[in-house]
Amino acid sequence: MSSDRIIQIERDILGKNDRLAADNRARFRADGVLAFNLVSSPGAGKTSLLVRTVSELKDSFPIGVIEGDQQTSNDAERIRATGVPAIQVNTGKGCHLDAAMVGEAYDRLPWLNGGVVFIENVGNLVCPAAFDLGEACKIVVFSTTEGEDKPLKYPDMFAASALMLINKIDLAPVLDFDLARTIEYARRVNPRIEVLTVSARTGEGFLAFYAWLRKRASKAKPAEMTAAE
Amino acid sequence: MHEMALCEGIIGIVEEEARKRSFLRVKAVCLEIGALSHVAPDAMQFCFEAVAARTIAQGARLEIIATPGTAWCMACSQNVEIKQRYEPCPSCGSYQLQVTGGEEMRVKELEVD
Repeated sequence: MSSDRIIQIERDILGKNDRLAADNRARFRADGVLAFNLVSSPGAGKTSLLVRTVSELKDSFPIGVIEGDQQTSNDAERIRATGVPAIQVNTGKGCHLDAAMVGEAYDRLPWLNGGVVFIENVGNLVCPAAFDLGEACKIVVFSTTEGEDKPLKYPDMFAASALMLINKIDLAPVLDFDLARTIEYARRVNPRIEVLTVSARTGEGFLAFYAWLRKRASKAKPAEMTAAE
Repeated sequence: MHEMALCEGIIGIVEEEARKRSFLRVKAVCLEIGALSHVAPDAMQFCFEAVAARTIAQGARLEIIATPGTAWCMACSQNVEIKQRYEPCPSCGSYQLQVTGGEEMRVKELEVD
């Protein structure tokens, strides 16, 4: 076998991650768990948004949180202070969570029978778009302190997300934030993306967000989470 | 810099194929990368050399075949070619586009000996 030869392989570069994501998805389904992958740039307010969400929903159904950051366990500690279990994953030099990390973190959470797992990805609008974690969908958190054209600058992430949560809406008047333009840009990239405005600081808009979560849950599994209302 | 993680994925695939098909050296790796995928070809070239060092693919050439981005325009009901996700339909100007191709990131073939 010394002569050169060409071999056709036709394999997806992310094939291994996609297989592990499919395993995660099967486990979530078996446990009746709905998984959401929260993505944003650093500082958009993912953790504050989650702290409010899990505090207000933890009595309705079981919740677990997987926190991804390059370093520190600060975010997991903020979640645990609400009484909700959280596992911190430190990616070190890595710029995104992958399906293997999420599978291992899910092993360490208590059984969330019929509940929800929120995965807070590393703050980064680029890399996490490529890595399926086994989630039901991605939720992109965008804040009014960012430029309205961010969906155009980072189209992959907005294309990959089912919902855009526009956070810090209480600051919109001070910032001359143009909501209509932001939504128009997001829909250029992803005509089907849903949009809600919230403020993690004041709580504005969260009832609509919870209604959205319940609607997703009732689509995924008609009985459990909606009945736990 | 997820190109680093993608290159690690490529080397993983190459090493698995080497065990299955018993080849000892890889001279070239050919990728198919869609225009709408998550890859910057230049960054890929840069990372590949670093990740391939001291593996079976050390010194291998990385060839990248770029495939076009395509979308179905819901407004004018035809398949069109787009370079970016935020582009309008080149034919009617609508943004109601559903991407149909150009998202692939695939190891297509290897030149080995």
